[in-house]
Amino acid sequence: MSTSVLYDVPGPKARRRQRTGSIVGGIVLAALLALVVWRLASQGNFSASKWEPFTRSTIIGALAEALLATLQAAVLAIVLALVWGALLAVGRLSDRPWIRIPAILIIEFFRATPVLLLIFFLFFGFSSQFDDFGSIIGLDNLGTLGPLVIALMLYNGSVLAEIFRAGINAVPRGQAEAAYTIGLRKSQVMRIVLIPQAARIMLPAIVSQSVVALKDTALGFIIGYTELLRTGRSVFLNFNNIIPTVIVVAVIYISMCMLLSRLAHWLEGRQARAYGREAVEAAESAVANQ
Amino acid sequence: MSVLLDNLDVLLAGFRLTVALAAVSAVGALLLGTLIAAMRVSPVPALRAAGGTYVNLARNTPLTLMFAIFVFGLPELGIQASFFVRAVLALTVYTAAFVAESVRSGINAVQAGQVEAARAVGMTFGQTLRLVVLPQAFRSVLPPLASVFIALTKNTSVAAGFGITEAVFRMGGLSRDFPTALFPVFLGVAFGFIILVAVIALFFRFLETRLAVVR
Repeated sequence: MSTSVLYDVPGPKARRRQRTGSIVGGIVLAALLALVVWRLASQGNFSASKWEPFTRSTIIGALAEALLATLQAAVLAIVLALVWGALLAVGRLSDRPWIRIPAILIIEFFRATPVLLLIFFLFFGFSSQFDDFGSIIGLDNLGTLGPLVIALMLYNGSVLAEIFRAGINAVPRGQAEAAYTIGLRKSQVMRIVLIPQAARIMLPAIVSQSVVALKDTALGFIIGYTELLRTGRSVFLNFNNIIPTVIVVAVIYISMCMLLSRLAHWLEGRQARAYGREAVEAAESAVANQ
Repeated sequence: MSVLLDNLDVLLAGFRLTVALAAVSAVGALLLGTLIAAMRVSPVPALRAAGGTYVNLARNTPLTLMFAIFVFGLPELGIQASFFVRAVLALTVYTAAFVAESVRSGINAVQAGQVEAARAVGMTFGQTLRLVVLPQAFRSVLPPLASVFIALTKNTSVAAGFGITEAVFRMGGLSRDFPTALFPVFLGVAFGFIILVAVIALFFRFLETRLAVVR
């Protein structure tokens, strides 16, 4: 066991006390959990009939389709946000005030606005335009997918722009100075020297922000985009099995997000060893704290 | 613009509910989050594991799903509570994980000498945490806590999808009733949130200068 500075290395007496604490704490937590399970069981939530729908191929197919819809929204949102965020970051770092100040205003506006407000704005205002465009390119759910993805792009793009800025500022100053000294222009310094190094520093932060975007695709539920939660709702309205459905949907969502979070954590350790902990943490601190 | 002024009472009622949701959940999340953080650094392995599991699960759950769990699931447990209470519970349980992570990073940032001195004078773990570590930890994590509470304020909007008539819900209603006034309604509500965010940020900056310690 790694020793914490917060308490002494336990002697025999303290070890005994901690063991009792562990047992008592464990029992209390287990009892709480058991109470919830018992309450659920007494309402018949663990009867086979409530779980049987999840063995039917139609339900599994619907959930798989919904999972794909969730992933589709997440991937589109992240890719578009990366592009939009890069543009904003370039504007934010510009030497020209008439580019820099609008970029700052856009970043700050979309960072302070709730994503759901953006989704509502696009959904109530432009749903039919999205639908029309969707029928041209052959996406029949663009009426709800469009507002969701564009709203996520605007919000996450602003956060990513701050991550990019933090990443570029975290590259040691000597790098840019050396590049200017040998006569490179600002765009060259950015392209050849700063961005390749910054990209590695901020990779963990970008993955962390992707988790936020993936989680936020569930907001599509509210405007009727048929993602996991919306399909789950249809299932439990059909079979009257709210708790089993919520458990199934939660397991799928949480395991997806946990995998991505793990990846971010692993990358963080790796990049921190290669590029210095402070630089990686500076980029990470710009990730939306939600 | 006149739509905003004509419906000012509706919008203000919405924002009142937004602030109420945010304030009650903030207090709940601060208490629960601090407790979880204390569990995560405690000498008792079972509590450490439980705290870690909680943070891991809550941080990787979409907030909309958290709302679904509390709004649809709580009545199934036989617990009757108003929509407001269920929304507050969802926001509290969700935000507490982020508060816990911030507070824990603050606890880890307290100088080792402080803790060693506390232990040397014979303080127990609880005393060390309560009297020496947490007061310093909170001071150092005011900036991340501010961003957690700003996120919480924006997150209250998810309640709109579950029938709570807060500000974003009102925006949806108004933009359906007055389709031509979409832009002013959107910008008006967005402006309201920007003010709320600015107030929280200023409040925390004030706290920071107020509580700053000279080292």
